[in-house]
Amino acid sequence: MDAATFADGLAAMRSAVGDEWVFDLPADLNTYRDFYSVLWGEPEEKVASAAVAPANVEEVQAVVRVANERRIPIYPISTGRNLGYGGSAPVLSGSVVVDLKRMNRVLEVNEDNCSALVEPGVSFFDMYRHLRESGSKLMMSVPDPGWGSLVGNALDSGGGYTVSGYRGHFEAVCGIEAVMADGELLRTGMGALPGSETWQQYRMGIGPCLDGMFRQSTLGVVTKMGFWMFPTPEAWLSGSVSVLRYEDLEELVRIANELEYGNLFNGMPGFGSPVLTRENPIAMTMIPEPEVMNAMVQESGVPAWSFSPNFYGPERVIREQWAYVKSRFEHIPGVQFAETGFVDLPLSPEDMERIHKPRFGIPSLEIFSVGSRGYGNFNPSDGHIWFSAVIPRSGQGIIDANRVMRSECERLGLDLFMFAPAVTCWTRSFVLFAAVPVYKDGRNAHLRDAVREIIRTCAEHGWGEYRCPPAFMDDVMDAYSFGDHKLRRVNEAIKDALDPNGIISAGRYGVWPERYRHMRRTGGEA
Amino acid sequence: MRLLLSAAAVLALGVGVATAQQEVRTGPAAPELEHGKAVYAHWCAPCHADSMGLAGTNSLATKYEGTDIPAALEDRTDLSAPLIQYFVRNGVAWMPPFRRTEVSDADLAALSAYLTAPLEDRGAHVPLLADEMAEMEAAR
Repeated sequence: MDAATFADGLAAMRSAVGDEWVFDLPADLNTYRDFYSVLWGEPEEKVASAAVAPANVEEVQAVVRVANERRIPIYPISTGRNLGYGGSAPVLSGSVVVDLKRMNRVLEVNEDNCSALVEPGVSFFDMYRHLRESGSKLMMSVPDPGWGSLVGNALDSGGGYTVSGYRGHFEAVCGIEAVMADGELLRTGMGALPGSETWQQYRMGIGPCLDGMFRQSTLGVVTKMGFWMFPTPEAWLSGSVSVLRYEDLEELVRIANELEYGNLFNGMPGFGSPVLTRENPIAMTMIPEPEVMNAMVQESGVPAWSFSPNFYGPERVIREQWAYVKSRFEHIPGVQFAETGFVDLPLSPEDMERIHKPRFGIPSLEIFSVGSRGYGNFNPSDGHIWFSAVIPRSGQGIIDANRVMRSECERLGLDLFMFAPAVTCWTRSFVLFAAVPVYKDGRNAHLRDAVREIIRTCAEHGWGEYRCPPAFMDDVMDAYSFGDHKLRRVNEAIKDALDPNGIISAGRYGVWPERYRHMRRTGGEA
Repeated sequence: MRLLLSAAAVLALGVGVATAQQEVRTGPAAPELEHGKAVYAHWCAPCHADSMGLAGTNSLATKYEGTDIPAALEDRTDLSAPLIQYFVRNGVAWMPPFRRTEVSDADLAALSAYLTAPLEDRGAHVPLLADEMAEMEAAR
């Protein structure tokens, strides 16, 4: 893009949003860098050329039209706190970040419908305060840490800890408004019907359901989003089911799945190995051969595996559910049960001292303590990235993913400060979560090579990442290669049709507009 | 374990400071500091409030181990406006920079005024949002 066109575009954006809300000085652009970038300080680091912060939908439309008329690439962010997966930096260097933080209104909380409609700048902290101060009966699901945006987190498929149907944050979306590349407004679902009172009640509307077009996408600037919310329950109970033999894992997971899919418990369950997390509770070690693991259990008295169901509801209901859940595991030799937590809601000030806040929809940044000055020997690191692969929800799935990941990290010399192979944000699969420390001292080239190799190794086993930092988006999308990469080709055909100038979020999750398609894998600057 | 022990040592060293602080850290802030205190409560306290379970406070406890510098930023008396501005706009370690759409220049000036004011003018420590909301609901 030539400098005159860019300058003309920025001048037009200033007219649209006001001088003070267009940023192009180095000191301001520094705040839009991805602070945990694996390309930090290198020529390939993905950086913005400017940022613009509209205050309302009309200003967003004006900014998009200015960009479209001049073919200026833009990169919308909600609050830009998606650190570990890219933060506020664009995928295509030279893009203008459209910072939606100023659009921070909670437009509606409907207590009877148990739903909300919010703008992208509303953070989980903002929403929690709004709900509590208004005396709402509703509970939201929050990620951990909870400093980001409800809209942005859902769009990137973030997850929380609460109830099925809500803790997969994109699953709880009902109704989207987005500014398309031509500057026109689209409302999905029942929002497309003028006068509808059911925008946050029925997701599908008529015809193809287009909400998915905006997940991890390049197709629009989301300006409103509806969410279904959970009525705050009367109580919460957590239990643990522990078993003593390597061979018990398959049965443990199989029964737990059946119970969850049958709605016998509704909270996010945990799966872990107490004996393999004795030294570091957030990083499971390599799963050894059966006889070795069973000997470790014998010698230590620490169980081989644990399953931790969580229940939200009236006390008499969830206590009966817990009793039934226990009954389903009683046939496993040596099985141990424990009630590990119970609280009545609303939470008292004393409860706040002993609970994991995100399990109750309360945003917190306490999670950062595990990495900054917590477990392991990675301090001081300069941040982290997440490796997040979808793996089968079975005992064998845990064992295979653990061994492949652990052996690959050892072979490649890749450190992990957190490793949990069986996280259950989504009800029907496990997610293997691994946190990799990043540094700003030149170690990242090795890290990038190692992560790319692990992405390929996982793909060979049939595992793909559901989300990743920008440096790896092309590699991850490459792995979804069925039908000669038909998924990507369809995505790019849609991209070219809806955004022929390729202005919105070029390259995000490996989807490149025709104009920039030559930058796949190699990157570049607009 | 080493980290736990060092944290305990810092807490022990800080007892005298904390006691002196508690005597003056009561009630509301001086009216001209209320804006800055609200900025601190929203943007800083989630990591820097007076709790060793928070990453910012824990990290600073380690950084200043063996000194009488408090781990909680709200108790510091050695900060300057340029220093506060530098860390807010540039970040450090795991703490990313904060943009002008989040903490405006006016907010930053107010925050600096709060964190450099005499302790007796700052009023009581700000609560974490979760604690503030729980207290509010308990009072209903």
